[in-house]
Amino acid sequence: MHFTKKLGIGAVAAAMSLSMAQAAQAVDLQFFFPVAVGGKAADTIEELTKEYAAAHPDVKIDAVYAGSYQNTVTKALTAVRGGQAPQLSVILSVDMFTLIEEDAIVAFDDVIKSDEEKAWLKAFYPAFMENSQTGGKTYGIPFQRSTPVMYWNKDAFKKAGLDPNTPPATWAELVEFGKKLTVKDASGNVTQWGVRIPSSGFPYWLFQGLSTQNDVVLANGDGNKTNFSDPKVIEALQYLVDLSAKHKIMAPGIIEWGSTPKAFFEGESAIMWTSTGNLTNVRNNAPFDFGVAMLPANKRRGAPTGGGNFYIFKDSTDEQKAASLDFIKWITAPKQAAKWSIATGYVAPRADAWETPEMKAYVADFPPALVARDQLEFAVAELSTYQNQRITTIFNDGLEAAITGKASPEEAMNDAQQKADKILKDYR
Amino acid sequence: MGSLSNRTWIHAWLFLSPAMILLIAFTHYPAAVTLFHSFFSTPRGKRPAKFVGLENYETMLADSTFWTVLGNNLWYALGTIPLSIGIAIAMALWVDSKLKGRAFVRMAYFTPTVLPLIAVANIWMFFYTPGFGLIDQIRIPLGFSQQNWLGDPDAALNAVIVVAIWKEAGFFMIFYLAALQTIPTSLREAAAIEGAGRWYFFRRVTFPLLMPTTLFVSVNAVINSFRLVDHIFVMTEGGPDNASSLLLFYIYETSFRFWDTAYASTLTVALLILLFAVAIGQFLLLDKRVHYR
Repeated sequence: MHFTKKLGIGAVAAAMSLSMAQAAQAVDLQFFFPVAVGGKAADTIEELTKEYAAAHPDVKIDAVYAGSYQNTVTKALTAVRGGQAPQLSVILSVDMFTLIEEDAIVAFDDVIKSDEEKAWLKAFYPAFMENSQTGGKTYGIPFQRSTPVMYWNKDAFKKAGLDPNTPPATWAELVEFGKKLTVKDASGNVTQWGVRIPSSGFPYWLFQGLSTQNDVVLANGDGNKTNFSDPKVIEALQYLVDLSAKHKIMAPGIIEWGSTPKAFFEGESAIMWTSTGNLTNVRNNAPFDFGVAMLPANKRRGAPTGGGNFYIFKDSTDEQKAASLDFIKWITAPKQAAKWSIATGYVAPRADAWETPEMKAYVADFPPALVARDQLEFAVAELSTYQNQRITTIFNDGLEAAITGKASPEEAMNDAQQKADKILKDYR
Repeated sequence: MGSLSNRTWIHAWLFLSPAMILLIAFTHYPAAVTLFHSFFSTPRGKRPAKFVGLENYETMLADSTFWTVLGNNLWYALGTIPLSIGIAIAMALWVDSKLKGRAFVRMAYFTPTVLPLIAVANIWMFFYTPGFGLIDQIRIPLGFSQQNWLGDPDAALNAVIVVAIWKEAGFFMIFYLAALQTIPTSLREAAAIEGAGRWYFFRRVTFPLLMPTTLFVSVNAVINSFRLVDHIFVMTEGGPDNASSLLLFYIYETSFRFWDTAYASTLTVALLILLFAVAIGQFLLLDKRVHYR
């Protein structure tokens, strides 16, 4: 081989190894994300991540789809314990205390530096921040967040002689309308239920709508005390149980989450409560004219928030933490947040996202998208405590015992409170 | 002499070592570590584990969920094991005899075994869905009202048991089918000459000859009744109010949802003791009766 040619190859090889060395110096981030609703959520996250990476060649983001919320927190905590923690992840907002106790995450206050970034923290809806802050620090940035809303079938309202544009606004109206909307066939079997409030898996979430409307919060802000046996909680549970047992406007027993939209589409139920994350699904599949409203009020209006936050993991270098923060700032910025919200139905987490031209055009075309956002004014923190999964399971077990008639609401709630106290006493 | 026996020893250990290493690494060592962890509290990021003695065991004995789950698991074992074995024998006898389309029937019986349990659970979810599920589609025109099988604490566990039987019986059938085909035809001919009826022949000849298979299958069935929980994840998540939760599902929940690994270790020790007792019982009691004499 000719000497100069050899030299040329050597130079190319040297240049290649040099550029590779530079690439290795770039920041590598691993990002776990869950998908809780059907549709385009996973595609949209990957699309946004690629867009960010294209604009920031020095940052490499490995976006890992990690399954359900439950799988994602399991996966992330297992990785932390194994010393392979991701740098950032979207995890349920209610798992904040668990992540703090596992010493897995850092507070955003410790990562941000400039005043501009401090102002950025204040731009999110306060209702979403309730589940993101404790002890004066911010641990999570709202992203994949929602509230439950009420969908109603306008055709069914017309058939029942109700005004199709007026959803029930109070607990009493829900019962009154529900009785008119419950239809039985000749042999006395129900062919259409008045209302459907699903209760499988995580009944606490929609129940928290009722407890909030009865003007009581389920847990304190320090995450170490629950109010399950509060008389107002018991009263709210009694109302839920009465919908089936006394008023006969809702199917008895545990009602499945997964089949709730289908039951609504098929006319099995005239009203359903479910996440605003189902909005796009209902819009595409309901064969009738439907409406979306805030949950009805009792002592006050109310709903819990729900969904996932961004967290930054402790076991990362300073560069990685800074890059993670930059990515989170970018993806929650108005333009990206609007894109995400339009694709999924999740509530864009900050007010300025709703001022973008894309978002304005979307809500002008489809006003129900505004309901969940407007409801934020009345929303409270989702039930979140230390040992959250366990406390929530105890509470769910209690709710299920009452819904299935195995225990009275009072017995079930007193029992749940006692069990929760036993676990949370170590944190007071 | 001495050197020869030494070499024999070395050979013996060499032959034993592959299996032994695997057994120790993946069975005995984890079991010992689990037992060790059950005497400590759960380490969390901000609190290291500390020795707590028998506290976890005291918690377990006072844990009403543990007793519910244990009771559920015993009922689940009682419900699945005899029924799936009985159905397996019946199906094996049926597809062993000369009937038209035998291969097709065999395949149909075996299909549930090939399907992953998660897929099976999803199929059954469609059957059980109140209102528009398959079962209600059949029941409602007959004048029955809607039934929420998986949402009713009295029905949920039984609904899950049905799925397990559906899945297991076809698997066990294969073993019985193989065993039936090893029974010499001369026995049947001799019985025919003696004038024995079909039921008499089954009771006195076929069934005793199937006993070694029954032992094998029943050991498997017991293990499966404590091991298979995948369908619980899909169908009920142990609900409502733990009505369909099983011991292994509760261990998973405690360990990976509640992150209480110490208590999960304690529950695992309880499961190990239970399985150990069942295995001893099966071998001591059944082994003597298995072989036809």
